[in-house]
Amino acid sequence: MIIIGEKISVIAKKVREAMNARDPKPIQELALAQWKAGAHFIDVNIGPAEENGEDLMKWMVESIQQVVQAPLCLDTTNTSALEAGLKVHNNAWGKALINSTSNEPDRFAMLELAAKYNSLCIALTLGKGSLPADAEERCGIAAEIMARAAEYGVPMEDLYLDPLILQVCTMQDQTMHAIKAVKMFQELNDPPMKTIVGLSNVSNGVPKDMRSLIDRVYLSLLMYEGLTAAIANPLDKDLMNVVKTTDLFLGNTLYAHSYLEM
Amino acid sequence: MSFVVPKESFNGKVLAVDFGKDDKALAIGGETCLPFLSFEGEVPNKPVIAYEIQDCAPDDWPDTVKNVYKEVSGDPVTWAKYCQNELKAKAIALRLASTHPDRGDRSAEDAAKTVKDVLSAVQVPLIILGSNHIEKDASVLVAAAQAASANNCIIGKAQEGNYKTIVAAALAHNHKLIAMSELDINLAKQLNILITQMGFDKAKLITDPMCAALGYGLEYTYSVMERIRLAGLAQNDPTMQPPIVGDVGMYVWKIKETVASETDVPDWGTLEDRGIAWETVTATSMVLAGTNLLIMRHPKAVENVEKTISELV
Repeated sequence: MIIIGEKISVIAKKVREAMNARDPKPIQELALAQWKAGAHFIDVNIGPAEENGEDLMKWMVESIQQVVQAPLCLDTTNTSALEAGLKVHNNAWGKALINSTSNEPDRFAMLELAAKYNSLCIALTLGKGSLPADAEERCGIAAEIMARAAEYGVPMEDLYLDPLILQVCTMQDQTMHAIKAVKMFQELNDPPMKTIVGLSNVSNGVPKDMRSLIDRVYLSLLMYEGLTAAIANPLDKDLMNVVKTTDLFLGNTLYAHSYLEM
Repeated sequence: MSFVVPKESFNGKVLAVDFGKDDKALAIGGETCLPFLSFEGEVPNKPVIAYEIQDCAPDDWPDTVKNVYKEVSGDPVTWAKYCQNELKAKAIALRLASTHPDRGDRSAEDAAKTVKDVLSAVQVPLIILGSNHIEKDASVLVAAAQAASANNCIIGKAQEGNYKTIVAAALAHNHKLIAMSELDINLAKQLNILITQMGFDKAKLITDPMCAALGYGLEYTYSVMERIRLAGLAQNDPTMQPPIVGDVGMYVWKIKETVASETDVPDWGTLEDRGIAWETVTATSMVLAGTNLLIMRHPKAVENVEKTISELV
């Protein structure tokens, strides 16, 4: 199971302030903590970053990779900021992951950048109009994105299909549609397509002390259907323990009494 | 359409471990594929066979193998030199059998002296084994590790009941270490975790999943070894990547087939051939399962297995 650490986000006040002040320390600390907790990628969410986006992303990538030997997940809708980040990303520890393309025309450029910089790319199965109604609709969108990726020269194994996780508290039936989509996405290609979710969306809006529980039970169900990766909080020890335990049941790791410490 | 050989490649890699010193030093492990499938990956080192000797006369060995060493086995130094100089042993495994409470109960200090004497008499790498008595090994192997300091030996075996002191000694005197558990892959992993949590480098570890002779549970040993390899290579499990040792001789040269006389079982063939064949087949199976280091007794069996290895590499 691949975990993409979600904590470095413009939404967090501490991170936003550090970004504005170009103070690397709080960001580096957060990156290091997530990496040590078992994150395989570190998400770098700078938001739309309309002003100085290029400079900001470049600075973020360089600051984080100074302290963490891991690939980053570059999370912005600003294409030129994204490209500035990809240019300086150190691929020695793995390819960068672009977050994200979709079926919206203004997100097609992400595929072009993925091809140009040999990066991985998340494909959110979201079209121009309303939210996808069910798993079948998500698969239809996925197929369109896959065809487009092939046109742009992005290999299928570099594409991570995201079924778009919605809130359990307002759209309860959608949680099951997304699980089914993860299963169906894999059948769209041989070898199976890779899948990814933005996990914490599921618990958005529920009381704070219940979020971790909801996230980790949901993740376990998704993993059972073959999920490849999750954007999640690696500092949530209960969540990471569920990942390790589910990996045991799925036969991905070998049991030992101290498996939680590995 | 031409035939393309299907190849499997793995993310994991068996750790390479060196032991001994100067130009006699050896390395085992390092492969990135299953045993002998060199068309699928790197196989930098061949399996190594060490000759087993003891610090006391091998009264518990059957005559067929005891007689081979009858001129030299009265003294471990002479025995070790014989293995190195006459049998051309690449490595020697000194078993401190006489420290066992039931076999003389010699002290840790005595054992340390034997280790020193043997080390100064031979140049090939030395594996130092206790008597497989949990409590006694804890003191004997600590003294032996100290006596062998700076010789880059392999010491063992650390087990669940005594690993702490033995690991500390291997750490302090810079030796490689055998971690042994009893035919259980999950316990093997657990012991490797506990040992590395003490700060011992996993790249200095060798796993002994415990041996069994052909006809006496060999298939369990084979299966555990095979699964250790697959966990290390396919799951890229770092705790399952140390090389594997097979302590073959002590399990083979005590079973009925290597001991029963020709008068008792006339249709089983000659006793000597039988024993050699049994050690050969047991050891060969282990090499096929992924063993990187073998500890053996009969020179003819060693010769047979070395021949097989050189043909397979």
